[in-house]
Amino acid sequence: MIRLNRFQKTIVYIILLIYCLIIFTPFSIIFFNSFKNLREIFLKPFSLPSSFSFRNYTLAWEKANLGTAYVNSFIVTLFSVVSILIVSSLIAYALSRYSFPFRRFIYLFIISGLALPARLAIIPIYTMMRELKLTNSLLGLIVIYTATGIPFSVFILKHFMDMVPKEIEESALMDGATPWKIFSRIVLPLSRPALVVVTIVNFVAVWNDFFYPLILINDRSKETVPLAITVFFGEFSQQWHLISTALWIAVFPIIIIFFALSRYFISGMTQGAIK
Amino acid sequence: MAQVLLENVTKIYDNKVVAVKDANLVVEDKEFVVLLGPSGCGKTTTLRMIAGLEEITKGTIKIDGRVVNDVEPKDRDIAMVFQNYALYPHMTVYQNMAFGLKLRKYPKDEIDRRVKEAAKILGIEELLDRKPKQLSGGQRQRVAVGRAIVRNPKVFLFDEPLSNLDAKLRVQMRAELKKLHSRLQATIVYVTHDQVEAMTMADKIVIMKDGVIQQIGDPHQIYNKPANIFVAGFIGSPAMNFIKAKIVRGEGGLWVQASGFKVKLVKEHEDLLANYVDKDVIFGIRPENVFDKVFALAPSSENTISAQVDIVEPLGNATILHLRSGEDSIVASVDPRTKAKEGMEMDVVFDMSTIHIFDPETEKAII
Repeated sequence: MIRLNRFQKTIVYIILLIYCLIIFTPFSIIFFNSFKNLREIFLKPFSLPSSFSFRNYTLAWEKANLGTAYVNSFIVTLFSVVSILIVSSLIAYALSRYSFPFRRFIYLFIISGLALPARLAIIPIYTMMRELKLTNSLLGLIVIYTATGIPFSVFILKHFMDMVPKEIEESALMDGATPWKIFSRIVLPLSRPALVVVTIVNFVAVWNDFFYPLILINDRSKETVPLAITVFFGEFSQQWHLISTALWIAVFPIIIIFFALSRYFISGMTQGAIK
Repeated sequence: MAQVLLENVTKIYDNKVVAVKDANLVVEDKEFVVLLGPSGCGKTTTLRMIAGLEEITKGTIKIDGRVVNDVEPKDRDIAMVFQNYALYPHMTVYQNMAFGLKLRKYPKDEIDRRVKEAAKILGIEELLDRKPKQLSGGQRQRVAVGRAIVRNPKVFLFDEPLSNLDAKLRVQMRAELKKLHSRLQATIVYVTHDQVEAMTMADKIVIMKDGVIQQIGDPHQIYNKPANIFVAGFIGSPAMNFIKAKIVRGEGGLWVQASGFKVKLVKEHEDLLANYVDKDVIFGIRPENVFDKVFALAPSSENTISAQVDIVEPLGNATILHLRSGEDSIVASVDPRTKAKEGMEMDVVFDMSTIHIFDPETEKAII
């Protein structure tokens, strides 16, 4: 632990404070504006709202098609994250613990996905999806998100699993555990911090993604939240109170999940650094 | 409980590194066998082959008469205690101990009975709800042992289980493991590099070096009749003195002639050395068999030498003297009442009935 003197501490706190302000100001402006009417926003854009009414919320929810979008986004995000977790943890475990030909090559091949943005391949992806009849479908989005989420997730999980002492697994082996039991009862529970990191990162990425729905979805009943919000922006570009409300509704689930899992998230991010 | 049999067991890594070579060993039922040797000598590899965690390149391992070369670790009915305990960090002590039984589908009340009984034996009853990280080193060690004994296996394997404990706790756990052995009447194979652990606990010690078994014997044999220079030097602290010497015929029989002294062999040894007259040998004597002449029982001109005192190290129960005689240095562990001072010349007496003579080429013991 580096000890800081009072002066250095003050500097650190000032920097952190400025950073917090930069992050929190837009959030709080959007949050407060979501309770104001349009007139109030133009008169006092940075003040607290005069009253807390949820009128904007019901209005935005209906007008922006957010009910449907929310359900779609939840389905896509949930299934994408779950399948990323299942597939990546299995791949990571095999790469971390089993010895087989081309193991290193396969690992490098998978994580090379980190270096190459999948969006550059949007045209082949689109044609592939069209051939598979997965355009304009939530399943198509889930497939793409699962595939693009794997490189990062395997990278994090493999490194974490590498750190689980081999003796613990050998001990389970002596205790009579099958490879599947070792994976499910020992390795997965011990990898929880890494699983949380993978969950949060992918949840945020999938929930916020605008690009793939824009290309692949052209039916309003299949649209996700970012798509719905954008369409809504186009229609109601002057209605700042409704736009603020819609934005706030869109980011709300992420804030919730981040706070719920932040304890593990932080320990997961620092785990590799201190051991 | 069961017998473990190793026949010409060899382990070669990656087709080139020979970790264990032609190991032959019988671990009798209820026997406490210690595999002892410096790090990298193949003792842990041998243990892991018995456990089934390493494949055997050549040879056979039998447990209770059954060849287990291709038997999965879980089906060998053995339990292992690892050096770093390898407890499951996310489970409580109770769950740690119950895990193996649960996997083997024991009924719940049977699991409960066995875990509680083991906890009682090991004195960890009040720790059953804790997680491993809330335990001290000694407590973790007990849990690791507990996890092994609940299964009531045929054979227990211990891989340097005490090396992570502090010196005091190690002495205590050593005694407890020994007690446990007699209580459970278990067959135990125990790996350590600590000769004190080996000497105090073992029924039988197996000394290994560079993957080859050097000697198998009870602690008494290993100490008093080492098979070669390696075993003689490895066991005993301070280590045995090795002095280059020659067997010569002299007044009244055979003598050992070194650079700075000449001592007469006892009658029983003469016959064994008849072929070595005028040949180079290595003369070995343990420090505790070198006496200050003042306190020696039977000093005579035939077993007394004069040497210069280099260093005096009083330990309380004995005093270690570093002596020089000719070109050779000799370590002696003498009576603490010795008047030896650094720099002085003194007479020391060898107990010639306890000496060892080694062949300098083969390094094997002649006597």
